[in-house]
Amino acid sequence: MGILSALKKKLRFLYKIFLRKDKLKIGIYGPPNAGKTTLANRILRDWIGEIIGTPSEIPHETRRVKLREGVKIQVDGKSITIDVVDTPGIAAKVDFHDFLKYGLSEEEAKRRAKEATEGVIEAIKWLDDLDGILLVMDATEDPFTQVNVTIVGNIEARKLPLIIVANKIDLPTASPARIKSAFPQHQVVPISALKGINLDSLYKAMAEKFG
Amino acid sequence: MGVQVNLISKEKLNKMGSMEKIRMILDNVKEGKIVVLESGLTPEEEAKLIEFTMLEIDHEKFVGIELESYPQREKSLISKILGKKHGRLTIIGPANRLKTIEKQEDLIKALIT
Repeated sequence: MGILSALKKKLRFLYKIFLRKDKLKIGIYGPPNAGKTTLANRILRDWIGEIIGTPSEIPHETRRVKLREGVKIQVDGKSITIDVVDTPGIAAKVDFHDFLKYGLSEEEAKRRAKEATEGVIEAIKWLDDLDGILLVMDATEDPFTQVNVTIVGNIEARKLPLIIVANKIDLPTASPARIKSAFPQHQVVPISALKGINLDSLYKAMAEKFG
Repeated sequence: MGVQVNLISKEKLNKMGSMEKIRMILDNVKEGKIVVLESGLTPEEEAKLIEFTMLEIDHEKFVGIELESYPQREKSLISKILGKKHGRLTIIGPANRLKTIEKQEDLIKALIT
């Protein structure tokens, strides 16, 4: 089983080299409340004038994978067409009590928690169908969480191109340098998806890494 | 009442398949025990463990796991050629009993309640 799985990964790698797709599925991953949907909305608004979802301060607002196909990004003469895949936040625990403090009723909180657990599974399953990943981390938080380490490990194991997005740099406590030192082997692009800061650098990095 | 901590050796883990490890971890953690794995899990096994955890959350007694391991080291040339991955020491417990206080590249501080 291990040999078959390794062979499948190697073949996928060769397939990508020799049969490059003209449309790439790019997944937006990260822990809850890192700003994944805000980033997805920013990308879509910048290039096709739409949004994909409504962000919320309540964790696990996105509980189903959302897909927007055919987003063309053009930077410095380079052009890539991507399908944007906005995924639910990945977590190892989902406690409905955490939602009660946001004013949800117990019934609503339990329903949200159940949907959130299903969303985490869906997000993990989608990793097998993607061509590249934007991993969004909240630059005001400690990046050395197990969820981040596990996601990075899985992306590396699948040999998927990865850009780490250090989000929320508009906030005074943000430290993209902390993310860079935690994951020195990967490209880190500091941005604020909410304020639209440094998005040009992200689009340039995407065109180079995924194109 | 004390908290039971099960420390599983690298030798025992090497003899177990992925699903066997995940089942053993979840069974222990759902009974309120803390599991320490000498050689940890691969990233794929960690993702699988999260998936199974999500399936077993009942929103009453079991709300998930706290999982912490040292990040993987850069692989040696031989490991890269053989494609082998080695996890590092990992601690797993029920989310309502095990709290990570601090985590660095070679240090994990956790609180068991």
